Amino acid sequence: MAGITIVGSGDCGTRAAFSLRENDYKGIINLINNENGLPYERPPLSKQNGDVVKINSIMSPEEYEKHSINLISNTRVLKINRESKFVSLSNGIDLYYDKLLISTGAYARPLQQDKFNHCLYLRSKNDAELIFAKLPLTKKAVIIGAGLIGLEMAALLRNKNIEVSVLQDSDRILERAVPEKLAEIIAEKHKSEGVKFFYNAQIENIEKNCITLATKEKIQADLIISAIGAVAKTDLAIEANLPCANGIIVNGQLRTDDPYIYAAGDCAICKHPRYGSIRFETWRNAVDQGEFVAKSILGSNEEFNKLPWFWSDQYELSLQVVGVPSLAETTVKRSIKKNARVLFHLSSKGQLVAASGLGPGNSVAKTIRLAELLIEKNKQPLIEELEDENFNLKKLL
Amino acid sequence: MGNWVSACHANEIDEEDVIRFDHEQKTYAIYRNLDDQFFCTDGLCTHENVHLADGLVMDDIIECPKHNGQLNYVTGEAKRIPICKNIKTYLTKIENNQVFIQID
Repeated sequence: MAGITIVGSGDCGTRAAFSLRENDYKGIINLINNENGLPYERPPLSKQNGDVVKINSIMSPEEYEKHSINLISNTRVLKINRESKFVSLSNGIDLYYDKLLISTGAYARPLQQDKFNHCLYLRSKNDAELIFAKLPLTKKAVIIGAGLIGLEMAALLRNKNIEVSVLQDSDRILERAVPEKLAEIIAEKHKSEGVKFFYNAQIENIEKNCITLATKEKIQADLIISAIGAVAKTDLAIEANLPCANGIIVNGQLRTDDPYIYAAGDCAICKHPRYGSIRFETWRNAVDQGEFVAKSILGSNEEFNKLPWFWSDQYELSLQVVGVPSLAETTVKRSIKKNARVLFHLSSKGQLVAASGLGPGNSVAKTIRLAELLIEKNKQPLIEELEDENFNLKKLL
Repeated sequence: MGNWVSACHANEIDEEDVIRFDHEQKTYAIYRNLDDQFFCTDGLCTHENVHLADGLVMDDIIECPKHNGQLNYVTGEAKRIPICKNIKTYLTKIENNQVFIQID
């Protein structure tokens, strides 16, 4: 038997490999890593304060051997041959598979206006190392994009006393997944820490040390970071004629049209019972889908239905969001202690569909976790129960 | 042979909940389960050193508030990733409604 080959050893692919063993799979597991070194966690790359980048390995090196997972590093998959069921590797080897998992993730969206590659991006550990290497000589930085990564980097740079300007092409930060009320608090926090925001910014030109806006205003910078989103890596799938949109299309079992090929994590558009066709870009989804797809590969017919959840750390604040707040009709606020708050997002029928929280340290984590359990059970809590800090939501489970 | 250190009053911890206890440069988490039994572990999650006292307790599991990894606070066993290292546990005893933990 040729075994299972996993293309991409990020948080998703690596979790899938170990999950296969946890589910008693005894065959060959090939985990293909296009970088050097061990598979590592991606979220810490934008959330640390040291002088050098700290890389968190997902598993220690012994674990791969202990579980007979063939970690093939420094190697890319060049092509998938669906007919004969093998992948062609950059080292010249054709690796056969019984089943294939594509967990190639995403790449940082390139900035069109950056014609001469003056911008740095943040996706991989190499990217992080390049950025960190420049920081000691950086006095002024510009970050293009006020999404989670851009803002985490803004906080990181401010903690090192680097001047930061953030350019956003709309009139507010964190447009996609964060409720406006919380985004406002976060923006105020950044401003109080000295971050300068340029809203509705249109970039006309990017030079090595200067960005020119459409308004002709020039912003000097020793370092320019572009953080304008991620694009699913679908090249291999497209070339292999697997249906793709802004990701590789898979069904409820995370399987593509090809019965032997699965896709999961940042690169996959799954069919979700709550949200329809949706591609998640979170660490939690990567590990959830990694765990789930292993079971599917081994024959489970369960449907993937986990709720999306993410967190972000900026300064001493932590943001956590579960579910999709933008799909809700009404919002109920619960204040937590002195300076934290959780918003509960309800459907028109009063069902809890999402929750978002912001506060120092991990002050909102427990409440968000309880909200997640309530959402999973389709509960319809009373508004008074949600608003009252002293009401124990656990009672509703 | 460890010494017993007075940590907190039993009523300081809600049922099926956890609090933080700091003692001499180290930090601990003290748990109370639904049967009014008390347990103690190191305070920091073995994954990324986040304090467990902010996490959710359900039955004998403590969830790390940062990434929702799970530990069994009775046995110290890592139960769900990203936590894969077990956590140290400490003996507890109650005397006159005061919770004591045994520290090496």
